[in-house]
Amino acid sequence: MAFMGDMMNPAPFWQNGPAPGAFYNFPGNSASFGPGSHTVQEFKAHSASPITTTTTVIGVKFDKGCVIAADMLGSYGSLARFRDCPRVTKVNDLILLGNGGDYADYQYLKSIIDQKIIDEQCIGDGLQLKPRSLHCWLTRVLYNKRSKMDPLWSNYIVAGIQDGEPFLGTVDKLGTAYEDAAIATGLGAYMATPLLRDAADKGPLDQESAKALVRKCMEVLFYRDARSFWRYQLGVVTAAGVTIDEPTDLKHDWSLAHMIEMV
Amino acid sequence: MSSIGTGYDLSASQFSPDGRVFQVEYAAKAVENSGTVIGLRGKDGVVFAVEKLVTSKLYEPGANKRIFHADEHVGIAVSGLISDARQIVETARTEASNYRSQYQIPVPLKYLNERVSMYMHAYTLYSAVRPYGCSVVMGTWSEHDGPQMYMLDPSGVSFSYFGCAVGKAKQAAKTEIEKLKLADLTVKELVKEAARIIYLVHDELKDKQFELELSWVSKDTKGRHEMVPREIAAEAENTAKQALADIEDSDEGEM
Repeated sequence: MAFMGDMMNPAPFWQNGPAPGAFYNFPGNSASFGPGSHTVQEFKAHSASPITTTTTVIGVKFDKGCVIAADMLGSYGSLARFRDCPRVTKVNDLILLGNGGDYADYQYLKSIIDQKIIDEQCIGDGLQLKPRSLHCWLTRVLYNKRSKMDPLWSNYIVAGIQDGEPFLGTVDKLGTAYEDAAIATGLGAYMATPLLRDAADKGPLDQESAKALVRKCMEVLFYRDARSFWRYQLGVVTAAGVTIDEPTDLKHDWSLAHMIEMV
Repeated sequence: MSSIGTGYDLSASQFSPDGRVFQVEYAAKAVENSGTVIGLRGKDGVVFAVEKLVTSKLYEPGANKRIFHADEHVGIAVSGLISDARQIVETARTEASNYRSQYQIPVPLKYLNERVSMYMHAYTLYSAVRPYGCSVVMGTWSEHDGPQMYMLDPSGVSFSYFGCAVGKAKQAAKTEIEKLKLADLTVKELVKEAARIIYLVHDELKDKQFELELSWVSKDTKGRHEMVPREIAAEAENTAKQALADIEDSDEGEM
């Protein structure tokens, strides 16, 4: 009687919905048999917590574009495991993307974004994905994943040129999204955002002052964030296109550490 | 045609007594009625040129393109039934994308060709389907393998070529291509040759209007398949027209 399906494990009424009888769980009910009926979870789900992680990513708008910077460390818990994890990347001529959080989740989503860009190029009409569209798309993807209780553990900063104007927006692992003139994720949200906002409030930044400001923030974060690293990437997007500098090494001097007395 | 009325040409899943599959041969005929397509593999890249026959003056310029991108690095020039060809291009794109998602590198043309060939071949095996009425030429350039080019038949057979031609005037085009020293020519030179050959083999009497489509993938384009920029294409087209005019002049002179 193959046409009746599996009587012990009926298919749900709708996707993610209850199986027939599943609400009641009377003894002997077909829904109390089979793997779906265990109320006590006998395993720990590892998919909803990050493994190899990266820390802060910073983004700031200036008069003609945006800067994004992030260090290159991949941490395995508190272990500084990988030292060459690029996470500031060019999406197309209009978009610069920065990421922090689970590195595998980032690699996964990045390959999907890359394929989106290739699909677009294959159409060959010369149209390009714009930053606001990518930002919106990311909110949908991340929000959808968190709604399945299986989030992509990532913060994204999307920078770009939207119809000639600089665009800077962020999305977190819950799909929460906003646009701002200065954005920092992770620990940087506490330590770098005030610095960035102070500078931005003093008047419009130009490219050089924006870069200098971001470099200063990277330095502050390096001294205070235990998951940070001295090698970092810095990318700029303007109407002229996207450029990502070769990884820069922070000059750090810990001699002052001896002068600090913990009371 | 010896096949007509014998009953062996009704299905792609049946051989004729002398060992032929007529449906596949008819598909090849569909390709022979289409505009000429040539592919040239030079020193530093591959050039495609297509004689796109414009069957109505009511079409917009540039409509019904015959050169496609399968991926960043792979170009496809098609001849035959355009709707069949688009399906093949779609298959190639899907395969290229699958390969990329599995191996995180651009698909080597050798493997893409294998997969697309097997797909086309599958349509020569069953009575419920007909073979594809198109031939496609795929090309790429990479630092590791240099220029690569394959041509694929409706039968699912494919070969790698230095130079190939398919469509209406494939014989004349092949004769011209054979005169070229392909291995020594750069894509910049080949674009001119390709344009010249298309203009030369075009039959002014039978097909009045046509558009020339040119694309390349080379070291200079960093291995990306691109349509030839407008100025360079226009220059190649003008040289081609001039060369044709010169031939006609000298013909008249001899008379």
